Amino acid sequence: MIALTRRYEFPAAHLLVQPLLSDAENRRLYGKCANPNGHGHNYGVEVTVSGRVDSLSGRIAEPHTLDEIFDERVRARFAHRNLNDDPAFADRVPTAENIAQVIHDELAAAIGERTGARLVRVRVQETRRNSFVYGVMA
Amino acid sequence: MVRITRAIEFSTSLRYCRPDLSSEENERLFGPQAAKHGHNYRLEVTLRGEPDPVTGMVLDLKRLQEVLDAEIMARFDHRDLNDDTPYFEKAAPTPENFALVIHRLLLAALPEGLFDGIRLEQDSTLYVEVREAVAGVGA
Repeated sequence: MIALTRRYEFPAAHLLVQPLLSDAENRRLYGKCANPNGHGHNYGVEVTVSGRVDSLSGRIAEPHTLDEIFDERVRARFAHRNLNDDPAFADRVPTAENIAQVIHDELAAAIGERTGARLVRVRVQETRRNSFVYGVMA
Repeated sequence: MVRITRAIEFSTSLRYCRPDLSSEENERLFGPQAAKHGHNYRLEVTLRGEPDPVTGMVLDLKRLQEVLDAEIMARFDHRDLNDDTPYFEKAAPTPENFALVIHRLLLAALPEGLFDGIRLEQDSTLYVEVREAVAGVGA
């Protein structure tokens, strides 16, 4: 197995609150992440693709094509935004687990169509101390 | 089973180039990467196995470092991938191809059965992982 990983960062705000729960339950579950006016992170994202190394270009996927797809589908939508306002998080809490899944689902089809490689993993680094992986651990 | 990882760093120059193509074709194919440039590569080498009951080690890191010095540092550190090594006469030294060469060199040099894989970081924005033998450059 050979895989190529590209790293990105984008800043965004979020607030962890589950509307099905009471204020007290949200406070107990999410702690300071439920502070009512929200907070933000520099989200680090690793996008990992796997596939055949093209014999002419020597590449699994062109990094600039991955960058274009990430900019169009993730950066333009989430950078300098409040994640809670995005439709993707209308019915799910914007935890980093869910953010990793949303980013994966946003990227997977476009990467397949435009690079010929397959998206195998999205890693979200929420802070230097917390990271979350959706997909295959290499 | 335990996995252990040792990292080394080395500095290397390169240009993406297929000698069978003209310089115009290389520039069209590889863009700015066709010009000579360089990277501080970081290589993580992972072994897997059961710790020896006496030493408590999967492999003495000194032995691993000796292999890395002989196979990787001596060949690539402060060298030019195109002009000082024989591996990129038919393929460009993309991080994918370079990682395949490194994987093949280490697979041949490390004690059998211990090698798990590598991660080759080209810079802070891009890395390649190889977990098992892949057909291609250096075969």
